[in-house]
Amino acid sequence: MGDLFWILLSAMVVNNFTLAYFLGLCPFMGVSGRVATALRLGLADIFVLVIASVCAWFLNTFILPYAPFLRLISFIVVIASLVQIVEMVIKKVSPTLFRQLGIYLPLITTNCAILGLAIFQTNRGYGLLEGIFFAVGGGLGLTLALVLMASIRESSEMADVPSLAKGMALVLIIAGSLSLAFMGFAGLLSAS
Amino acid sequence: MSKTTPQQDFFRGIWRENPVLMQMLGLCPALAVTNSLENAIVMGIATFFVLTGSSLLVSLVKTIVPGEVRISTYILIIATFVTVADMTLEALVPDIHKALGAFVALIVVNCIILARQEAFASKNPVGRALLDAFGTGVGFMIAMVMMGSVREILGAGTLLGVKVIPGRFEPWVIFVLPPGGFLTLGFWLLLLAWFHQRRAEREKLARLPDAAVSGKEAA
Repeated sequence: MGDLFWILLSAMVVNNFTLAYFLGLCPFMGVSGRVATALRLGLADIFVLVIASVCAWFLNTFILPYAPFLRLISFIVVIASLVQIVEMVIKKVSPTLFRQLGIYLPLITTNCAILGLAIFQTNRGYGLLEGIFFAVGGGLGLTLALVLMASIRESSEMADVPSLAKGMALVLIIAGSLSLAFMGFAGLLSAS
Repeated sequence: MSKTTPQQDFFRGIWRENPVLMQMLGLCPALAVTNSLENAIVMGIATFFVLTGSSLLVSLVKTIVPGEVRISTYILIIATFVTVADMTLEALVPDIHKALGAFVALIVVNCIILARQEAFASKNPVGRALLDAFGTGVGFMIAMVMMGSVREILGAGTLLGVKVIPGRFEPWVIFVLPPGGFLTLGFWLLLLAWFHQRRAEREKLARLPDAAVSGKEAA
């Protein structure tokens, strides 16, 4: 149980997907204007990550030992189609939830965080349960990074920024400082 | 877009529409694997290969792929080339392949490649699709080298493993760590914005005296 907790914590803060591995940068830069949007995107992210983790485990256990060269292709195809199916089920079963998460699901499926998770999980040899904890931790980490970024950008909107730095340069430098702050968590792991 | 000359097809991607520095695409590899120039160059070559290969194939099959499944087809084509690149790197340069880790496989979801397929290769003849892919690939490579060299020099005091800063230079380790990626790209963008602003001002100044002279003559 302790191991699972460390996997979760490490994926969430120490090796944050966005700030340490640079995964899922497109939404991080694009959708981080409003806190409410960022929060919903983060939730949808966690959801897709867990699906991806289960898919990757299934493929790794039952299919890929026989055809290792199909790894990338099968990951992409299976994860994308499963998310599509789940999206349809949600639309049918809970329209409210669909309105909250729905528009983000197709966007997220082609996000590098999802494929990144599947590949990291494979490389580290995680089992089913470890994979799910890794996915939840990674998703919480993404949400945390998105919400932090969105709140900084919301409050810096009115700030008097030099015209040179407006736009992406400012976002990148804010991201750099956030990433710097998250490096402070690195001490957590060696303590374990 | 159909009015461009072959030269424009090639040079557009290199600077004016540089994928990383101007369009902010493909940030994931540009930030993640540029902690040394060597990694950055290998990543650039791999991306160049995948981009060229998929542009060629997408342009060849563009008439037989139905519109509804075109994106999935592009992704499958790209994934095939990435698998080839991944296995080739593993065989040729195992050390660098290990350092790049999952990021070689993540070329699949590099938005630059999909964007070029959707925006250009699927609408243009093979030759022009190839030129466009070459240009974009070289542009990506330039951005990778800009990132990689700055980060390696400041973060380790070396370039391609050779010591370039003499004396008792204490490396700024932060530049080879993740925050350095964000900061380096941020500062490059600042520098480019400064150049653009200066050029715009100079052009404005160059126009001003003319206006003043013609105004005087009119008076």
